Amino acid sequence: MRKKLLISLAMVLVIPGFLFTVSCAKKTIRDDTALAQQAEDQAAAEKAKQEELARQRAIEEQRLKEEAESEAAARNMFLNEDIFFEFDSAVLLAEAQVILKKKAEWLINNSDVAVTIEGHCDERGTNEYNLALGERRAASAKTFLMDLGIAGSRLNTISYGEERPVDPGHNEEAWAKNRRGHFTIN
Amino acid sequence: MKKYFIKTICLIVIASFMMVGTGICGDGYDYIDITHPFLRKIPIAIPVFKEIYPGDDTKRLSRTASDLLAETLEFTGYFKILDRDAFLVDMQTVTSLAHVNFYNWTSIGAELLVTGGVLIQDNQVEMELRLYDTFKEKLLVGKRYKGSIKDQRKIVRRFCSEIIFFLTGDRGFFNSEIAFVSKNSGYKEIYVCEFDGYNPRRITHTKSITLSPAWSSDGKWLAYTSYAKGKPDLYLKNLKQKRGAVISKKGINITPAWVPNKFALAATLSFSGDPEIYLLTGTGKVINRLTRKKGIDLSPTWSPDAKHMAFVSKRSGTPQIYIKNISSGVVRRLTFQGRYNTQPSWSPKGDKVAYAGMGNGRNNIFVIGIDGQSPTQLTHDQGDNEAPSWSPDGSLIVFSSTREGPSRIYIMTAYGTDQRRLLALKGEQTEPDWSPRMVNN
Repeated sequence: MRKKLLISLAMVLVIPGFLFTVSCAKKTIRDDTALAQQAEDQAAAEKAKQEELARQRAIEEQRLKEEAESEAAARNMFLNEDIFFEFDSAVLLAEAQVILKKKAEWLINNSDVAVTIEGHCDERGTNEYNLALGERRAASAKTFLMDLGIAGSRLNTISYGEERPVDPGHNEEAWAKNRRGHFTIN
Repeated sequence: MKKYFIKTICLIVIASFMMVGTGICGDGYDYIDITHPFLRKIPIAIPVFKEIYPGDDTKRLSRTASDLLAETLEFTGYFKILDRDAFLVDMQTVTSLAHVNFYNWTSIGAELLVTGGVLIQDNQVEMELRLYDTFKEKLLVGKRYKGSIKDQRKIVRRFCSEIIFFLTGDRGFFNSEIAFVSKNSGYKEIYVCEFDGYNPRRITHTKSITLSPAWSSDGKWLAYTSYAKGKPDLYLKNLKQKRGAVISKKGINITPAWVPNKFALAATLSFSGDPEIYLLTGTGKVINRLTRKKGIDLSPTWSPDAKHMAFVSKRSGTPQIYIKNISSGVVRRLTFQGRYNTQPSWSPKGDKVAYAGMGNGRNNIFVIGIDGQSPTQLTHDQGDNEAPSWSPDGSLIVFSSTREGPSRIYIMTAYGTDQRRLLALKGEQTEPDWSPRMVNN
C-alpha cells in the first residue's frame, strides 16, 4: 500500500516532470520557429523599407539632379545666348529683345546674381569708334533689362570694341557673330 | 667758312662750310615744288664715301653711312637715288673732295650730288658731307661732324635734315619717332620706333589690350588706352621719368589727343552715360566738356594753333568728321561723302585733315581741306587702310594696312605716292601715331 502510494507519488511528480519536460521541449521548438519567422518578416520589412527609402532617395536625387540640370541649363543659356546687332547700330532687334526677356526672367529667379554685359563689334569699323559703339550696345541691353525691372546696380557694362571677336574670320558670317552683346556673371 | 657748335653729348658739328651770304635757304625753294613736291623726283647721286685713311673700319663705315644716307633721302619721297653702277667716278680715287668734276655727274643725269669723306681715329669718326647742285656747279650745303662710331646714324640724319632744310625750308622729320600698337607678345601693347622703322622697342607691359598711342607736342608724353585694370582707362605716361596719371572713370576713357604746346589733352569719357569729349589737364583732371550732343562723339585731333578741334560724331546718324571752333563753340560738319568717316588727323601744316573713310565695306585713307573741299582718296583696292597720322613736317602720312594680310604699318607721301611698308613685327601692328620733332635727340 505504501509502495503503491510512493509509485503514485512518483508518478505525480515524475510524469508532470516528463510532461513538463516534453511540453517544455515542444514549446522551445515552437518558439524558435516563430522567432525565425518574425526575424524574416522584420528583415523583409526592413529591406522593403530600405528599398523604399532608396527609391525615394533616388527619386529625390533624380529630382535634384534634374532641377540642378535645368538650373545649369538656364544659367548656361543665360551665359551662352548672345544678342546680335546690325552694322554700326546699337538698336535692339526683335530677336535680341526676346532673348533679353528670357535673361530678365533668369535674373529675377537668381536675384543674388550681378552680371556684366559686354558690347562687341565686328572688325569693319575703326577700333576707336567701335569702342564707343560697343559701349552703346551694352548700354542698350542694360536699359532694356532695367525697363523690365532689373536693378541697374546688378548690371555692369563694358565695351571691348572689335578687340575680342568670337569668330576671327573676315566675312559677313563672322562679322554677324561678332556684333554681339555677351553676358557674364560677376 | 662758318664755324659753330651744337650742344650734344656725343655728337658735334665741327664745321659748316656752306656757300653763305645769299640767304641760308632762300635759294633752296626752287628745288622742290612745295605745292607738288612728289610729282617729279630729283635725281641724286650718292657715291660711297671716301676713306680718308683707308682701313677695314673706315671701309665698312663709309659704305654703311653712304647707304644709310641714300635710304634716308629716298624715304622722304623727294628723290630718285641713282644707281651706283652707272657712276663714272670712284670716290676712293678722287684726290680732293673739295674739287668735283660736275660733268661726270650731269652726264648720268644727276642734278644733285652728295659726297662724303670718312676718317676714323681712336674710335671717333669724322664725317665731311657735301651737297652739290651739279648743273649750277655749286656747293649747297657742307658740314663736318665728329662723334663716336655708333653715332653714324645720327650724323647721317643730321645731314639729311640740313639737305631737306636747304631744299624745302623745313627741318623734316629726321628726329621723330612713331608709336604704334603691336600684338608681338600676343597682347596689344604700345611700341615706339624711329621714323624709318629702325629700332622698334616696347613701351608698355600691360598683358591686356592697349590702344591708341598719342604723343604730346613736346614728345615727352604718351597717352594711350589700356584694359590693364580690366576696363578701357586712359594712361598718361612720361617716357623719360617714371611718372604719369590714370583716368579711370566709369565707362570708357579713350581717344587721347594732346593740345599742341600745352600740358593738356582732349579725350573721350563716358562717365555721364554718353561718350563725350572733354578737355583734361596733363594730370588727368577734367577742365571742361567740349562736346554736348547725345550719341557718340570721339577721336579729337587739334589744329596746330589749338584753336580748332576736329572729331568724329554720329549726330547726323552716321559717323562723320566735324570741326569745332574752340573760342566760339561753333561746330561745322567737314565730311559729307560716304557713310563712315572716322580717325581724323589734322595736318601739322594746318590746311588738311587725313581720315579713314569706308566705302564698299573697306576703309581707305582720305585727305580733305579744312574748308571741306575736294576730299581725295589716297589708298585704293588694297585691304583695309586705317589710322592716318602725319609726319611733323606734313610731307608723309603713316597708316596701317591689311594689304599684305595681317595689319602692318605703312608710309606714303601726303599725296598718296610711294606707299611702302615701314616695318613688320610678329603679330599685327595698328594705330601708328607720328611724334613731333624730338628736342635733343
